Amino acid sequence: MTKTTILDVQVADGADDKYRLKMGPQHPATHGVLRVDLELDGETIDKCDPQVGYLHRGFEKLAEHRTYAQNIVLTDRLDYISAMANNVGYCVAVEKLLAIEVPPRAQFIRVMVCEMARISSHLLWLATHALDIGAMTVFLYCFREREVLLELFAELCGSRLTNTYTRLGGVRQDVTHSIMLKLQRFVDEFPGHIAEYETLIDTNRIWLKRTIGIGQISADKAVDLCLTGPSLRGSGVAYDIRQHIPYAAYNQMDFEVPVGETGDTYARYRCRMEEFRQSNTILRQCIERMPPGPILGKDAPDLIMPAKPGRKLEFDAVAGNALIKLIDNRDLYMAGDVYVATEVPKGELGFYFISDGMGRPYRMHIRSPSFLHIGALATIGQGVMIADLIAIIGTLDVVLGECDR
Amino acid sequence: MGKMTNNLVQIEEGIKFIPGASAFVAPLNKLINWGRAGSIWPATFGLACCAIEMMVAGASTNDLDRFGIIFRASPRQADCLILAGTITKKMAPIVRRVYDQMPEPRYVIAMGSCACTGGLFDTYAVVQGADEFLPVDVYIPGCPPRPEALLEGIMKLQEKIMQEQGRWSQFA
Repeated sequence: MTKTTILDVQVADGADDKYRLKMGPQHPATHGVLRVDLELDGETIDKCDPQVGYLHRGFEKLAEHRTYAQNIVLTDRLDYISAMANNVGYCVAVEKLLAIEVPPRAQFIRVMVCEMARISSHLLWLATHALDIGAMTVFLYCFREREVLLELFAELCGSRLTNTYTRLGGVRQDVTHSIMLKLQRFVDEFPGHIAEYETLIDTNRIWLKRTIGIGQISADKAVDLCLTGPSLRGSGVAYDIRQHIPYAAYNQMDFEVPVGETGDTYARYRCRMEEFRQSNTILRQCIERMPPGPILGKDAPDLIMPAKPGRKLEFDAVAGNALIKLIDNRDLYMAGDVYVATEVPKGELGFYFISDGMGRPYRMHIRSPSFLHIGALATIGQGVMIADLIAIIGTLDVVLGECDR
Repeated sequence: MGKMTNNLVQIEEGIKFIPGASAFVAPLNKLINWGRAGSIWPATFGLACCAIEMMVAGASTNDLDRFGIIFRASPRQADCLILAGTITKKMAPIVRRVYDQMPEPRYVIAMGSCACTGGLFDTYAVVQGADEFLPVDVYIPGCPPRPEALLEGIMKLQEKIMQEQGRWSQFA
């Protein structure tokens, strides 16, 4: 601290006095348990240093002690807002490692649940982001529609949030007629709801002032910072794994990847609003073109599926025996490593497996978009006002469960 | 006096209404417990997955506000801590600090398997249940519990508060 003397009294001149603030982990706008260490000069942030690890649960270590099929349960808790998309991402990766075929109906169901998860994730994002910035009403509207989707998930697999719906080589339950009817109604009504949200905030002067020009990232910088998903596309980079490296049935779907231009908070907001519409189109296509057939592949590992189509339910065939058979049947597991990335609502979710031919992964690494987005926060958050940091954390759409793993 | 007591209308066990005076006669215990049970203000403290269901419980469909439950961002204004999610060993001291910052009387609801027992995560990083370092009043099982289950848990807490004796006195 530098001291100057005014009238024989020593006073600090304040030139290099930084106010240090630890924001979080108990802070309603940090989306869970993120801590950001800030060095403030007045209200301007000089240095922004995100601290993670408050929700580190040891997923990757836990996965080494469980079979591939048992690990599906863990993936729910990664990005708990879009658990379905994580399930699909995990299963796509394991299926590539084990060379398992997935029947077309299961592929379509996977795309369907992925897009439902995308809509529900973006709805939660819009609700909390608007709430952080100060628009309370949007929160209530968004949760109204989100509840419809969650109840559909519950009807489909019995759980609202942590679904564990996919299985290696297919999905757990077939979609029923009633689910399709309810989804059809949702798909018909949803564009009207999107317009409703836009009426609420799109022309609101406060919303515009707090989003336009805030947290601006150029395309090059966004790529350098490893941003993916809508956070990258808001900067004008049209990178979407659903189109570039299609998995499940995405290659049969007709949709556009919305891209922003300016790369600020508003552009990313617009990007996600357009994704609502595109996801809605994909859902409509899924309903119209859902092929008949089995929901589990022929070469899918025979486990915890007593009600597999075309098979009688016998006492012998239930979980216990099948699981032992799976672990013993080592021909199924190929040694080697594989990295498969899928597009979850937050960005690129990658699973990297090293397999030594056993029934369990030797090492499982998760490349989660939220972790890299929080890393980018250090760069984006520099030099902005402290109130804008809230908007930036919101716009990057981070989930701490996935970040800390 | 005898005439007045005859006119007292018992509206609930132990609570009497004096018609002419628009007044109630009740034990202080009952009155204070009634006030507390009707205005549980939880601290906004989401830890993991269950926090999303907690938000759903507070949003339009279930609407916790109608029970007098209003989420407060500061632990100083809260009297109930809903532990919604996994408590890791890194997070536990902060949870404890938030609890310590709350004014008495304070209540803790452990929401979800992780907060109850550690749940799925029997690992090096996770505290195996919030009751290892906090006195928990209500346990809500589920992974995550439905919002209705959270409502049920809060009602159980209200029942518990209603049965308290003399917690309004510092000598009790």
